[in-house]
Parts: sequence; C-alpha cells; structure tokens
Amino acid sequence: MKPIIEGLAYVLGDSIDTDQIIPAEHLVYSLTDPEERKLYGKYAMSGVPANQQGLPEGNTPFTKADAYASDYTIIIGGSNFGCGSSREHAPFAMKEAGCEAVIAESFARIFYRNSVDGGFVVPFETRQKINDRIKTGHRLTLDTTLGKLTNHDTGEEFLLDPLGEVAEILKAGNVFEYARQAGLIESK
Amino acid sequence: MTITEKIMARNSGRDRVSPGENIWIDVDVLMTHDVCGPPTIGIFKREFGEDAKVWDPNKLVIMPDHYIFTSDRHANRNIDILRAFAAQHNLPHYFDVGTDRYKGVCHIGLAEEGFNIPGTVLIGTDSHTCTSGAFGLFSTGVGNTDAALIMGTGKIWVKVPESMRFVFEGSLPPYLMAKDLILTVIGDIGCDGATYRTLEFDGEAVFDLSMQERMTLTNMAIEAGGKSGIIPADQVTFDYLSERGKTDYNPVYSDMDARYHSEYTYDVSKLEPVVAKPHSPDNRATVREVEGTRLDRAYIGSCTGGKLEDFEAAAKILKGQETVIATFIVPATTEVAAKLHTTTIDGESLHDIFINAGCQIGESSCAACLGGPKDTFGRTHGTEVVISTTNRNFPGRMGSKQSAVYLASPLTVAASALSGVITDPREVLV
Repeated sequence: MKPIIEGLAYVLGDSIDTDQIIPAEHLVYSLTDPEERKLYGKYAMSGVPANQQGLPEGNTPFTKADAYASDYTIIIGGSNFGCGSSREHAPFAMKEAGCEAVIAESFARIFYRNSVDGGFVVPFETRQKINDRIKTGHRLTLDTTLGKLTNHDTGEEFLLDPLGEVAEILKAGNVFEYARQAGLIESK
Repeated sequence: MTITEKIMARNSGRDRVSPGENIWIDVDVLMTHDVCGPPTIGIFKREFGEDAKVWDPNKLVIMPDHYIFTSDRHANRNIDILRAFAAQHNLPHYFDVGTDRYKGVCHIGLAEEGFNIPGTVLIGTDSHTCTSGAFGLFSTGVGNTDAALIMGTGKIWVKVPESMRFVFEGSLPPYLMAKDLILTVIGDIGCDGATYRTLEFDGEAVFDLSMQERMTLTNMAIEAGGKSGIIPADQVTFDYLSERGKTDYNPVYSDMDARYHSEYTYDVSKLEPVVAKPHSPDNRATVREVEGTRLDRAYIGSCTGGKLEDFEAAAKILKGQETVIATFIVPATTEVAAKLHTTTIDGESLHDIFINAGCQIGESSCAACLGGPKDTFGRTHGTEVVISTTNRNFPGRMGSKQSAVYLASPLTVAASALSGVITDPREVLV
C-alpha cells in the first residue's frame, strides 16, 4: 500500500454492484495472460448506466473507448459499493484500469474482502457522504497513513475511517504475504 | 452462542468465539466453478508452486455451471482448465461438462450430492454459496484469492459475524412461497441491511418448508448484504440427507441465551405476494401494487428459482394454459431436468405442461440469470421487461443494460406469463 495516492476522481452513486463494475460476459478472459488481462481494464465500470458514469455530469466512461487504462485513480462511491456477486474480477478490473483506491460510505462484504486480500485497491470508508462534494476529474490526494483525503480543486479535506486490522494485510501486499509474515504458511 | 458462533468455535478449536473477532477456521468443503475456478487455480499455482498439492482432494468440489452451452472460446477454455486441473490432482468431486456426472447450478448440485452437512463450514467462490446454510451449516462466498489460500491450506480468516434473527410464524398460504418471504425481508432491511452479519431463520413457517424452499430463503441472504444465512437442521434436513446417503454428522443449535443483533417476527398468514422492482432486490412492492405492468418475457430458473418445486408451482398454474409472452424454463441441475419428465400433475409431466403452454426449455446451468456470453439461453439484448424467479435485478444483470427485471416467486411469474402483465397468483390459483 502506497503512503500517498494521487490522481483524478471518478464519482459514482449508491449500490454499484459487481455486474456494473465488470459485466458477467467479460468474466471469461485470462487474469494471468499479460495481453488478455488488459481487457479487464478496458471494460472496467462498463456496466454502469451511461447517465451514472462519472457524476455529476454522467456519460463519462471510466475507460475511454479506445483505451485499456483509465485516466482516473481514485473512485468515490456512495453506499453499499461492490454489492452483488463474489467475483474478484471486480477489484481486479479496477486495478487493471489503473485505479488505486476506492472511497465509499459503505462496502459490500465480499468486495471489500477481495480488495484487501488480493491487494487490488485500497478501500476506505467514510461516515459522511462525499460523492456529492467531489466531481469527476477533481484532483485528489489520499494519505493512506493518516486516512486523509484532500480535494485540490475545492480545498476541502475529509477524514476517513481508520482501516483497522486489514491495514496489516494491505501493508503486506496481499493475504498470502500477510500469512507468511505471520508464520501461518511457509515462505516461498 | 448462536449456531453460527458454535460452528466457528468448533472449526477454530476454541471453546467460544464472539462477534467481531477475526479468527482462522478450518474449511470442510471448498466449492468452485468455471468462472472463478480458473483464476483461483492460477493464484494457487503462483503462490504454492506449479506442482503444489491441494490440501485435501476429497474436500474440493468443482461444479462448472455458469457458461456451459456457449460457443464463446474463452468460456470453453475455462472448462478445459478445470478438466486439466482435476486430472492433474485426481479430484474425485469434479462434475465434468459433457459427461453423466455434469450437474448444473453448483448450489443445488451441492445439496443433491450430499455436500451440505450440518455443523460444518462450506466456502465457495460464488456469492450464493450462502444457499447451503439451509442445512444448518456456515457457508459463504469468497473471491479467488481466499479460495486459493484455502486450496493450499484448508484455512480461511473470518470475522465472526453478528446474527440477525428472522422468525416466521403461522401457516404459509398456498399463494405464497419462500421467495415472497425473503423478498419481504430484503425490502424491510435493504440491500445492505445485513452487511457483515448472518441471517438466522426460525419459526414454525420456516420448519414447515421443504429443503428446496429453505434454500430459497438462505440463497438470498447475500441480497441483504449478509455474510451467510442459516436454518438449524431438523428432521426434514435429516430425511433429505439420509436419502442422499449421509447419516454421520454433528449438528449444533443456538443457545436459549444466544445474543442477536436484532430480531424480526412475521406472521406469514398476513403477508402478500411481492416483487422486487427494477433495479434492486430491495425495491419491493406487493404484486397488487404493480399489477398490470406490461411484460415482454418470463424466466423460471437459477439457484433460487430453478428447483423442482419451483417448476411444480409454475406448472400448477400453466397446466392446460398458453403463455402469451416468451417464457424460459431452465432447470437448475440435470437431476431437476430429469424429474421434469417423471413428475406429473394429473398424468401430465411438468415437461409436457411447459411445452404445451408454449415455454422454451433450456439446459441445466446458470443461463441468463447473470446475462453471460451473447448466445446464452434467455439472455436479454434490448429493452425487454422481464419477470423472473432469479435473485438479482441490478442494471444489466440479465444481459442488456436497457432491460428491466422484476423478481418474483414461480407462482407469480407463471401467472404473469399467462396474461403478459404482472399478475397476482391468487387470480389464477383454484
């Protein structure tokens, strides 16, 4: 986990389910083949209805039609982000597109867990609603150590909820490295 | 302790556990399928080595079910990967496509094959793995990384969940099904109303239900954000298991003084047939409130709505009638498909009832429940309005982002297929 994550915001609404993050028809590509896996970056967030893509304006695809990576680094969501299926392809696709962190009022359990255990994106919760105070394209800095988000376009700062025990897994890189460091499985 | 806490205590080697604790537990069964199996295998090999051994081949169940009857080359490659892995590791519980062993939808296949054992821990790479909780066990869905860790070690870390208790009292009227009960609960508490928690079901109306109907209740725990759903095992459970040759198990039950996050009580005799309107499973309305809504298609299938009793319920209404909208029938498993031919109502098989009513019958798999490849049976491609016995109706879930899906019981779906508009089953049940 990087101590500082900087980049542009991509803002979404409530209940972004995993079918919206990566539609089921795309779950067939290899996650290991270096060329084929790029398709996950291409289709990340492609299931979000057009008028909800990149709020408040909408109609702003996360990844442009001819690209495999997104211009946006930090996703700002609402409540119950990542609900629905258990597909780990969802946080994988976000990472493949270049996303590094997602900040939401609440997360669905399996998405949150997959993000952490696979070391894909850093999921921060915030008790206050912030997806109506940040616009898609705003320049953000996320201090993952302090749990502080700065919006450089408005000057606003937001204090996020502490990561708690999962910070150790994120710091280790993924659950395998965490388990090795804790002596729960043998070192490679 | 609750039943869930007791199972977690047992599988972590402790006397007791409390909600909120992070613990490592032993896994009794790991299940995976064609969508998440190949990436799980990829991570397993990356982390444990190309020649690493599965922790216990007898505890790994692989049931391909998602994208089976498709010409999509990537989807078919996933089956090849599973087949090669099963051969390499000599796995006894691989249910291969194109053989007599092929099952179809994994959650129903797990029940039919006797893998749902009371008092145990079953983890699967599918969010609807919570279905198995109908047998008094802890079951939950995980991603590929967690599954790969289990594949190598037999262990998973879990946060012990708080339990919410849902008590259904009274006697279920003939126009209601378990689907109406769980859609009522999800409508009450919302899609995130049980996040990080277990839904424990109780009450005489629950124990009056068959195992098939109980699985509809636990299946949709995830639609309320739940980590798991659970129904304590009783004689109905034991009878189902003994028919499947399983007699050796050790069920546990919640203590009288077990602590719950919250408790909800329903008198089922007062409940109504309900739907979940587009585009969320918690967007509940009574059927009467949306009666007359125009439909383009009806769909009966999936882990939650494609069991034999779901088809028996639909056939009761469709017998001797003709559907006026495209109606798709997808038996969850090959066992259900076979029983469509042998189960009769007044001498006519369910299969013939559906064909004579103008329905199309697909092959056992997840099919259009989650959209899938373009050539998937029943998948939406335009602005179709669908009434379906499946479990999710988020935007694009059945294929097209422009289509709209209403979730309902098999009775309500069948009644609506006859009229082409959303119809209360009380209108047609005699």
